[in-house]
Amino acid sequence: MSRASLFVPLGVFLLIVVIGFFGFRLSDPHSLPSALLGKPFPDFSAPLLDDPARLVDRSALLGAPVLVNVWATWCPTCKAEHDELLRIGAETGIRIVGVNYKDDRAQALDWLVRYGDPYEFVIEDRDGSLGVELGVYGAPETFLLDADGRVVYKHVGDINPRVWRDDFEPLLADLQDD
Amino acid sequence: MMPELGQLALALAFCLSVLVAVFGLAGAQLGRMRWMAALDSLVLGKFIFVAFAFVILTHAFLTDDFSVAYVANNSNSLLPWYYKMSAVWGAHEGSFLLLVLIMAGWTLAVALRSGELPRTFSARVLGVMGLLNIGFLAFLIFTSNPFDRLAPMTPADGADLNPLLQDFGLIVHPPMLYMGYVGFSVSFAFALAALLSRRLDSSWARWSRPWSNVAWAFLTLGIVLGSWWAYYELGWGGWWFWDPVENASFMPWLAGTALIHSLAVTEKRGTFKSWTLLLAITTFSLSLLGAFIVRSGVLTSVHAFAVDPTRGMFILAFLLVVVGGSLALYATRASVIASRVRYGFWSREAFLLINNIIFVVAMAFVLLGTLYPLAYEAVTGGDKISVGVPYFNAGFVPLMLLLAVALGALPVLQWKGTPPGRLWRDLRWMALASVTLGVGLPLLLTGALAWQACVALVVGFWILGTHLRDLWQRGRRGLGRVPLAYWGMFAAHGGFAVALFGIALTSVLSVEKDLRMVPGQTEQVVGIAITFDGVAPRQGVNFVADRGTFLIEENGHRYALHPEKRRYLAREMVMTEAAIDAGFLRDVYVSLGEPLGDGAWAVRLQVKPFVRWIWLGGLLMTLGGIIAVADARYRRLRRRAAAPAGAGAAA
Amino acid sequence: MTEAQSIVNFGRWPWASVAARAWRTLLLLWVCATPAWAATQVDIYDFPSPEHEARYRALIAELRCPKCLNTNLAGSDAPIAQDLRRTVHKLVSEGGLSDAEIRAYLQERYGDFVLYDPPFRPDTWILWLAPAAFLLLGVIVLLRLLRQPPADPLSAAESERLHTLLNRNSQDRN
Repeated sequence: MSRASLFVPLGVFLLIVVIGFFGFRLSDPHSLPSALLGKPFPDFSAPLLDDPARLVDRSALLGAPVLVNVWATWCPTCKAEHDELLRIGAETGIRIVGVNYKDDRAQALDWLVRYGDPYEFVIEDRDGSLGVELGVYGAPETFLLDADGRVVYKHVGDINPRVWRDDFEPLLADLQDD
Repeated sequence: MMPELGQLALALAFCLSVLVAVFGLAGAQLGRMRWMAALDSLVLGKFIFVAFAFVILTHAFLTDDFSVAYVANNSNSLLPWYYKMSAVWGAHEGSFLLLVLIMAGWTLAVALRSGELPRTFSARVLGVMGLLNIGFLAFLIFTSNPFDRLAPMTPADGADLNPLLQDFGLIVHPPMLYMGYVGFSVSFAFALAALLSRRLDSSWARWSRPWSNVAWAFLTLGIVLGSWWAYYELGWGGWWFWDPVENASFMPWLAGTALIHSLAVTEKRGTFKSWTLLLAITTFSLSLLGAFIVRSGVLTSVHAFAVDPTRGMFILAFLLVVVGGSLALYATRASVIASRVRYGFWSREAFLLINNIIFVVAMAFVLLGTLYPLAYEAVTGGDKISVGVPYFNAGFVPLMLLLAVALGALPVLQWKGTPPGRLWRDLRWMALASVTLGVGLPLLLTGALAWQACVALVVGFWILGTHLRDLWQRGRRGLGRVPLAYWGMFAAHGGFAVALFGIALTSVLSVEKDLRMVPGQTEQVVGIAITFDGVAPRQGVNFVADRGTFLIEENGHRYALHPEKRRYLAREMVMTEAAIDAGFLRDVYVSLGEPLGDGAWAVRLQVKPFVRWIWLGGLLMTLGGIIAVADARYRRLRRRAAAPAGAGAAA
Repeated sequence: MTEAQSIVNFGRWPWASVAARAWRTLLLLWVCATPAWAATQVDIYDFPSPEHEARYRALIAELRCPKCLNTNLAGSDAPIAQDLRRTVHKLVSEGGLSDAEIRAYLQERYGDFVLYDPPFRPDTWILWLAPAAFLLLGVIVLLRLLRQPPADPLSAAESERLHTLLNRNSQDRN
């Protein structure tokens, strides 16, 4: 047994401390990175919120960059980000599509009338099955898609001015350059 | 006024700890006899102040003093008094105060019982413990003060203790666990004292053995209580999840088990010296690492205390200083000269070495699995991965089976070496018998073979068999002559086998049914008839409940079970209280789901054979650890040490 | 098959499924604060056969709830856990997918995070191979310690005498 080998435990320990230190800089334990990043938005077939007889599918999301926003009336944070969505829609003209997640249709429609409707159209996902396809586990969550329907970014939580400026705007600028 | 006195008491204890550390370490280094002589009183004084602070906090809980933030967050006027008392350690600040109290208590115990140790050595031990006390108290006072006041914004009533914690489990599990965690600081202090005084013969091992055994016994008990509590409290019949917080308690246990065996070899044979030193340092370091994991929020767990990065940083810094410092001391001062004692493969030394290796590998494995998600996320810049039960079981089970096989061979092995022929002669019938019983019993009783259970049975019978045979051989010369230390070993190893049986059998034989039941409906589960007899409302002390009635008929024996669905008023939390009929051979476990309308309820019925054996095995291990310490050898040592002193005085 | 052995275990290690059996836990607040509760969620599902049910139970024990603080699907009452249990049930009963396919299905949507059994890939080699390496290291240490030459070799007669002395007194055997 050499003197050098006695230093091994110390070395291992310091490695653990470094790992522990990095633990503090890590993201929120609640937010999961999306498994869909870089992949095409999954295909689906779901009714529109205001016209359940009509079904939409993935093709409705193609053609231009679009925000897909998962929301519900039972979610207070969605209410908080709603004004921001209205502002974004008005100022940037970007397409915003809503997914009404595990909600009551009448309440949702009423909510949009009362608080404003930033959405080009709203997809109804009553039982959450579309959410499972998207890897959604709560609301609000927002996806940014490019013109070909590829998922560029996913944000968990509400969109506020800082998030929009720091996370979304740079990506949008890149998309618009293409 | 009282909480401020409590803060003052903690501050005074802090000052005394500084004195203990200085007088102990510097006093020993410089040979100041008077400094070292003062240690006992200083340690006693520190204990009294910490105990005083603890009593004040308890008093604040019992008198519903909601001006203290910690009381307001964890108590409620409707809470029964015994839960108010245990709520003192129900959250981070108070549980840390309990930790500090136990630390002060162990320091006092060491001071009181170090009569036969050389003065400089015991001074160093106390000095090291004083340093640890400083760190703990500093953490408590500066980042987690339990006496912070809310006044003038005193709430009318408290936020209540989390209903999951309003249980007997909270009263016993944390104190026992902390006794174990902190108890290993004693072996740690002994190891450091040995390194500091360069006294690296086996005497430090002999002195620290009783302390380590007792600490190990408490830690075993704490883990057993935690598992048992989770089983009946959480309503699912699960008893271990490899959650980071559970692993935080299990890792010191694994290292601690290696430690107590290594200490035995070092004491008796003088080998493994460096190994044992390292283990002593490692075990307590893992306790500290555990504290870091649980209280910093770095790892995701439902058990973790409230997340606070500042506290986490403090603990990490403390960890760096204490563990880094001691490992550096070890690296520079431990002897590189290998022991000159040789032993063969078929010897006790070798098999105890195998034991150590297996436990250390197991500990490293659990550590890797626990920290891996963190490291992965750091290295990949955000990708998350999960490491859970399938991974841990995949590694742990084969290691334990290996250990069990080695353990069974142990009673027949001798020190230095055993002639292989003799070994084969002694063991072959036992091996045959174990295989026969392990495979035959299940076949006989159930008519089928689940190979996993069979392997565990064979190995369990193997351990019990060889140990019983060895006991019988010794007993022939008179049972009274068998030393207590041997009984301790027998109980502990037997407990291991019993727990092994329990784990394997319950994993394979448990039955679970989720179904809809209406009043009057009877369901047959493994030959037990369970009849649902409806649900009635009930008012508890601080909750409202739906109380179900289930009539059970089993082998002609009839009884009733009453699971409940409770809504706790203060926190608006709904909780399920499962009803369990606990038995030696099986548990019957009934819990209520949701009402389905028209009197029907979703119900979960479980029958879990041999699940109690898991904890009974653990209790046997605890008992074994304690019995071993009661051995007359330790008392004989003190009398022998006292005699020369007496002779010297007379001369 | 009698009920006594109705739990047939799956996965690489048979005890994995049951040792992981559901822990009910405190529900964590969602991003948008639905009320927290800790009640037992008992789902009543029908299965084509006991094997299907056993597969379902094993799967929900080894899949992680994406939203909770370290709970499996079996032990969580979070709405997303309910949705995922329903999904697993559908895939097991009607979908005809194998266990590996069901795991892959969820992994595609929720990432590696949702698997408690980490995949075996180059970036997890350390995780899966290091324990074996530890054990190997232990064996090497053992062999090295055993193979060191004795300091002062004893003659045959001395060895014999030593052996007798050591084992004569039964007290020593402890």
